[in-house]
Amino acid sequence: MRLQINKLFLALSILSALIGLGFLGWILVTLFIKGVSSLHLTLFLNDLVDGGLRNLIVGQLVLALLAALIGIPLGMIAGIYIREYGHGKYANLIRDLSDIMVSAPSIVIGAFVYSFAVAPFGGANGFAGIIALSIMMIPIIINTTDSMLSLVPKELREAGMALGASKYRVILDVVIKAAKVGIMTGVLLAFARIAGETAPLLFTSETSNYFNLDLTESFPSLTVSIYNLANEPEKSSRDLAWAASFILTVMVLLINLAGRYLTRNKK
Amino acid sequence: MEKLFQKISLSSATLVLVLLLGIFTTLFISAKPAVEAFGLQFITDQRWNQEIPLIESSDTVIEDSDDAIIADEDDEDMILDEDDEEDAATKTVFGGLVPIIGTLLSTLIALLFAMPIAMGIAVFLAEIASKNISKFVGMAIELLAAIPSIIFGMWGLYYFAPLIADTFGGYQVSLLTAGLVLGVMILPFMAAVTRDSMNTTPDVLKESAYALGATKFEVVKDIIFPYSKTGIIGSIILALGRALGETMAVAFLIGAVYSLPDKITDPTISIPVAMAVNFGEASGLGESALFYLGLILFVMSFAVISFAKFYFLKRGNA
Amino acid sequence: MPVMKIKNFSFTYAGVEAPSLKNITLPIEKNQITALIGPSGCGKSTLLRSMNRIHDLYPGNKYDGKINLLDLETGKYNNILAIKKENEFIQLRQQVGMIFQKPTPFPMSIFDNVAYGLKIAGIKNKTELSDRVEASLKGSALWKEVHDRLGKSAMGLSGGQQQRLCIARAVAVKPEVLLFDEPTSALDPISTGAIEELIVELKKDVSIAIVTHNMQQASRISDYTAFMYLGDLIEYDKTENIFLNPKEKRTEDYITGRFG
Repeated sequence: MRLQINKLFLALSILSALIGLGFLGWILVTLFIKGVSSLHLTLFLNDLVDGGLRNLIVGQLVLALLAALIGIPLGMIAGIYIREYGHGKYANLIRDLSDIMVSAPSIVIGAFVYSFAVAPFGGANGFAGIIALSIMMIPIIINTTDSMLSLVPKELREAGMALGASKYRVILDVVIKAAKVGIMTGVLLAFARIAGETAPLLFTSETSNYFNLDLTESFPSLTVSIYNLANEPEKSSRDLAWAASFILTVMVLLINLAGRYLTRNKK
Repeated sequence: MEKLFQKISLSSATLVLVLLLGIFTTLFISAKPAVEAFGLQFITDQRWNQEIPLIESSDTVIEDSDDAIIADEDDEDMILDEDDEEDAATKTVFGGLVPIIGTLLSTLIALLFAMPIAMGIAVFLAEIASKNISKFVGMAIELLAAIPSIIFGMWGLYYFAPLIADTFGGYQVSLLTAGLVLGVMILPFMAAVTRDSMNTTPDVLKESAYALGATKFEVVKDIIFPYSKTGIIGSIILALGRALGETMAVAFLIGAVYSLPDKITDPTISIPVAMAVNFGEASGLGESALFYLGLILFVMSFAVISFAKFYFLKRGNA
Repeated sequence: MPVMKIKNFSFTYAGVEAPSLKNITLPIEKNQITALIGPSGCGKSTLLRSMNRIHDLYPGNKYDGKINLLDLETGKYNNILAIKKENEFIQLRQQVGMIFQKPTPFPMSIFDNVAYGLKIAGIKNKTELSDRVEASLKGSALWKEVHDRLGKSAMGLSGGQQQRLCIARAVAVKPEVLLFDEPTSALDPISTGAIEELIVELKKDVSIAIVTHNMQQASRISDYTAFMYLGDLIEYDKTENIFLNPKEKRTEDYITGRFG
């Protein structure tokens, strides 16, 4: 009887794993079928106004990259503070708050940025979108940096300081280097995540039909446009939305896999 | 140089605190007009963007005492000329009950759906699968987590929703569909955190149980789960916190209808969706009401996530 | 004359009531090897780590008494416990180097590892760096094995080689004193022998203090030995006397293996 319960239990557990894999497979296959069938070269050559996705792809990447340019250094330095310099309650407080912010609703962040970067400036603009994305990125980078630094053995730090190096030199020359791979993976994963975000951009940088690189205006976004296209009644819009979804997913998963590839040997 | 570096890093860290306070403050300031206009009744009021006349005859002034109170403030407008019914002074009322209920119910459905599957996956990864299979399946689950939420919306709307409607009847775009897809979205996270908690069980403990002849099921049930109980509960609550704020997938699937669902297969709305859908055109009191909703959501998420962290997920990071 | 004079030194860890070291008075003789031995928890590592104030990476510890370090240029002694400023700490650690129990190669090339202490001391001249790296690696009996792969990562070396690399790195800055904290306990017997030989060689240029839980090692290589127990210095004498003719009963009990 016990053995039968055990067998049932194992079966249920394997079933759950299959369900999980099933959903993944279902989504990926769907994306592939619907996306690939709508793919053609003109999508990459035309902008949305002409039925293509070029401006959206470029725009999304530009937003994500610029947000990363802000978010990565700020996040890393803050992470260094809480792990290397902070010794007490304040560092722990920042660590905890950062952890909470990682799971905070992204639409609220969008609303927050709207209040000071959109409304007073007369409308949607790329800067606001970038700010929203970087606000999302910073806590993630802080967490990852903090975790990776904590894995560096304390003897390494002591050895550095025992040679007469000042603390910041030991951190930059030795500790960060030792944690380099883990931090880079964390950065790539965070980048993949914000590159796929929609809610923070919805009313900050919105989107644009045109190839626009002017950050003071509404800025083309692949994710926001998918949302808009999916809400349009024409079949052509929906097909475009699928093509865009496919491309978005490929982009995000590739970056994600690249990040994981980095630490493939480190486990 | 050392001092400079210390100062810079401290400032960066303080930025987090500043952001958090900034979010709270900004939300509150933007929500203030709505808060002042509707007070706490906002949470229990079903009406959204409804115009109601400022005065109503005593027969029709029903339970909503707020109207009476507010009408008092606008005493002057109470004087209505019977010939001017078209110009009858009205005010617009916003109440957050429907989105709040929608958020809570959709999250509940998501949790109920995801929990058993996530636990099953965690057990599979931690205790049943061989190292290689565990790695592969673990990777797959993490990929599921990496898929952008708008993709879940697309897939959910065109492929999952019809299946649910065929199975359960009712609308394709509904509370149920949204809740289930939300469940699929929080599945990987819950599974990962549960698996990590389970892995903290010392091997010697497990080995002692096996050595007594226990089956895998018994070891999981009697040793591992009790040992990692707090971590598992924490993962569930944390997943709840995340699900509360999920926007895009739910926006595709919940229907964006401002009414309480009679059946689980009816469309309704959630807070993030209300914000996403209405923010563009909203202005004045309407926009403020959206901020009020946002504030409520932010406070809810913050409370739930903090609760999970501090009571269940002590990470010993000192 | 001793290169370091420890006088009535007591040490209490942060947040702890009772001191871990009580009233230690002990010299470190110039160009000699002084071993600190004793059972686990006796405070020998704590004492060693006070000599380069590496404890100060972790705030809140309490010191009492003096640790006087000889300044080779002026001939005067300075109390290193009085150091407060960052650049003075840096200078101290350039004068008093440390080798740890676990080999700690930095994630860089072999050359960069050995040159690290020199670079942060401000030495930029490529020839000088090159010469000093070579000299240190030769002095650590590592040159022959790595001279053709100085640009390769230090992480690829074996445990024994990594430890010799750490020694080369510490020696490159030409310190007065080298502190060894159980340097061979993580190594195999052959590497241990090589490192012991190396340490004995080094004493002509530096003064050495070594913590070891291996009594045979202490008797093999050290000139002076200090036996510690529960935070007190029980006995200090020339090594032969400690091992052949100990004055204190507790010392004798430890040496003969009655406890420890």
